[in-house]
Amino acid sequence: MIPELGHFALVLALVLAVVLAVVPMAASFQGRYAAMRLAPTLATAVAVFTSISFACLATAFLQDDFSVRVVAANSNSLLPPMYKFSAVWGNHEGSLLLWALILSYWLAAVAAFSQGLPTIMLARVLAVMGAIAVGFLSFSLLTSNPFERILPGVPADGNDLNPLLQDPGLIIHPPLLYMGYVGFSVAFAFAVAALLGGRLDAAWARWSRPWTNVAWAFLSLGIMLGSWWAYYELGWGGWWFWDPVENASFMPWLAGTALIHSLAVTEKRGLFRSWTVLLAIFAFSLSLLGTFLVRSGVLTSVHAFAADPARGLFVLIFLAIVVGGSLTLYALRAPAVRSHISFGTVSRESLLLLNNVVFLVATLTVLFGTLFPLLMDALGQGKYSVGPPYFNAVFVPLMALLVPFMGVGPLSRWRDDSLHRWKSRMLLPGVIVVILAVVLPFIADQGFNLWVALAILLAGWLVAGLWQDFAERRRNSPSLLRSLRRQSPSYWAMVLAHTGFAAAIVGVVATSQYSIERDLRMAPGDSETLAGYRFVFNETARVRGPNYLADAARFSVYRNDREVASLQAEKRRYLASGSVMTEAAIDPGLFRDLYVAMGEPVGTDGAWAIRLHYKPMVRWMWLGALLMGAAGLLTTFDRRYRREPRVAQTEAPRAPA
Amino acid sequence: MRRLKLFLPLGIFALLAVLLFRGLSLDPQALPSALIDRPLPAFSLPSLAGDKTLTPDGLIGEPFLLNVWATWCISCRVEHPYLQRLAAEEAVVIYGVNYKDDSAAARAWLAELGDPYVASIVDREGSLGLDLGVYGAPETYFVDADGVIRYRHVGVIDERIWTERLQPIYQQLRTEAGR
Amino acid sequence: MHPVRRQRLWVVLSIVIFSTAAIGLVVYALRGNINLFYPPIEVASGAAPLDTPIRVGGMVVDGSVKRADDSLEVSFMVTDYQATVPVVYTGILPDLFAEGEGVVASGRLDASGTLQADEVLAKHDENYMPPEVAEALENSAAKGVTP
Repeated sequence: MIPELGHFALVLALVLAVVLAVVPMAASFQGRYAAMRLAPTLATAVAVFTSISFACLATAFLQDDFSVRVVAANSNSLLPPMYKFSAVWGNHEGSLLLWALILSYWLAAVAAFSQGLPTIMLARVLAVMGAIAVGFLSFSLLTSNPFERILPGVPADGNDLNPLLQDPGLIIHPPLLYMGYVGFSVAFAFAVAALLGGRLDAAWARWSRPWTNVAWAFLSLGIMLGSWWAYYELGWGGWWFWDPVENASFMPWLAGTALIHSLAVTEKRGLFRSWTVLLAIFAFSLSLLGTFLVRSGVLTSVHAFAADPARGLFVLIFLAIVVGGSLTLYALRAPAVRSHISFGTVSRESLLLLNNVVFLVATLTVLFGTLFPLLMDALGQGKYSVGPPYFNAVFVPLMALLVPFMGVGPLSRWRDDSLHRWKSRMLLPGVIVVILAVVLPFIADQGFNLWVALAILLAGWLVAGLWQDFAERRRNSPSLLRSLRRQSPSYWAMVLAHTGFAAAIVGVVATSQYSIERDLRMAPGDSETLAGYRFVFNETARVRGPNYLADAARFSVYRNDREVASLQAEKRRYLASGSVMTEAAIDPGLFRDLYVAMGEPVGTDGAWAIRLHYKPMVRWMWLGALLMGAAGLLTTFDRRYRREPRVAQTEAPRAPA
Repeated sequence: MRRLKLFLPLGIFALLAVLLFRGLSLDPQALPSALIDRPLPAFSLPSLAGDKTLTPDGLIGEPFLLNVWATWCISCRVEHPYLQRLAAEEAVVIYGVNYKDDSAAARAWLAELGDPYVASIVDREGSLGLDLGVYGAPETYFVDADGVIRYRHVGVIDERIWTERLQPIYQQLRTEAGR
Repeated sequence: MHPVRRQRLWVVLSIVIFSTAAIGLVVYALRGNINLFYPPIEVASGAAPLDTPIRVGGMVVDGSVKRADDSLEVSFMVTDYQATVPVVYTGILPDLFAEGEGVVASGRLDASGTLQADEVLAKHDENYMPPEVAEALENSAAKGVTP
């Protein structure tokens, strides 16, 4: 009964979404205000019914209702309740419903927090998002109904959740990632609404900015969690594989990064208006493209859902309508006339333009690498694969090129600045940073490394720029406390995000350069020393978990004869599916991680293939992403976004009723 | 001229969409079986009941369905009741290929859920599945009265798929055989 | 020059320089870092280049997996039922690696025709096979080769 209720709620949500997409949009062109004012109510109703539907599916999972096909295929009665819940989105159908759910929440949030927006604008924004919801809800209902039953012949027990997904990180990774993906639909909807209205002005940028920042923040956090999960769960100690699915989430992030900076220019200076609109369309298009790549099976990946050409075709048609439609609208309505606002060659505008170009080129090179195998296959040139070396070779120089300018960014001035001023502010810090970059790597256990020195140089440069900017702001203020308090949340968000970026640079480079990784044959009693840490293999043991049996290897790690960690790595066999999973043991630390994973038994004396890692500063990278995420969320506290929309409403011209 | 420039993103996207569409049809799952319109590959494998050895000659005579199944395959459990209905109510001839499976478990499975198959070929090593080009279970091959594979269906057979797509194919094979 | 025009020139110039650099990078990076898939039959017939990164996929031959007792070196044969290619790999094999299952190994061919693998990927689950492997095997099946 409950699954049918869920199905019914989903159908209702679709109907409401259709009404939302059509009625307020039509009314906005006819000037019927009463119909336009229905939009927020409809948006909330879509959210309510999608929530009911989702709750029904979750209930089916929690109650082990194996007559529902996705439950039977992805859950098991032995599964811990926490994972029964996360199994809801551990499969194609359920994750699609989660996507629709999150989209409906964004809809409801826009409806709730945008009361200050002009009625026409709000109606159009919600209608565009409603149309996107129609796409996803019908995708779910027509090709991937999560409530489909297996009747008769209900299996006695389920097939179990893929053990890789039985992990706390995976409970929150997809929701966060989808929050980001779907969040860009808000920026997209604002862009389309602005194009429809023909008004691409600073007000438009101000309205969509907080939403874009929040979406970007969630996407950053989602990607970070995905990387962290791959690190401890896949058992290889890698944290980024340039896998098509990872790229699918990374491309919208790169485009989104360009977008949030471009929006800043449009809001503050009224420049780059068509460009910003295009980026907003681009960022959301890449989110949809990611969905297509992940769910159609055109590319092979470790994370891909079961491939189904029918689903692929549906997403492709949807993609064609959304992207093709919005780009056509863009071509017809975007202002072709150049703005007459000018800016100097040496100015903040130029730096932000450079930011945009770098991030766009980075997005395109990642896109190219991701689609290259498909392109070659389509041209009949054979089956290629593009590996991490390509992406590293392209991406690293791009980012390295960006940072010198990024360091100057915070202290640069709008309109017109001078190289002389930049030099006077950055010369001394620059010298200090160079000295630090040369000296600091010597402190590391592995000694001097050129790449690490460069990373410290770049990161230090970023921090120096932020510091000099703050020093300047302080100069105009009587006390430190006052000057701290006087800065806006937006300012602090920028500081946080840029610091996070600096931390990530150091983390990525240090862990790539200094990591020690050894695959060994070890029997109990053996020991091995890595970077001054002595790993002693104490014993093996048999362990029983709630739904698995495991061989465990227990290790003690000593540094200077003092025990610093005791680790238990496991090789699990899950009972329901019979699949084998490596569970790595990690001792985390701010400056180093110690990592032990089991391979397979070797020989007859109880020896195992053992993988030992020493990973310095690997946490910095996630810490950096965490800072960026926090920064994105912090911007919403800026009072500018609360107060001004109301002003905007009074300014908005009233259309004749 | 300026307006024209604004169409550039649309043009690029159109090219990309064509590529993606092409990619869809390159999908490994969508590839037709290499064996369409070719005779059944040669095999000589025991039956699941254990009473005889099955060869293509023993199967050929009237049109039949060759259904690849296994106890490890959850989707097979899904389609199983419908296969039983087809065998019982519509007198469809179905042979099974018990693919990479444990024979004892497979026998227990059929004893518990019922047996729609005239006989099941034991393909423990997956060699027949390989000759057929099986990607996974369930898959169903339509073989005509002359032992030629005429159609391949990947995935579960249910009421909708059968009536919309597969039943006409089966009917045609029947009609051809009757001529 | 008019300041606005000068600035526009600047923007266009930097974009051109930048994209050229990016395209150069892409071409350079692609040259060394993509690898082509070869089924065992092509390796055996000498179609695959020596000492170049390639991928070879097929089934792991039953009983061919041999582990050294004192190290992590492992050797096995990969087949598409028309030809077999010996593979040598040192390290930990993925969880899903098993005899009689699909596998893709990437590495370089040495003079003796052995693939010195630096990465071994096993198929993901019972219903999934790397598509290249599936295609290679399917081509073998199409030629009417029996395992």
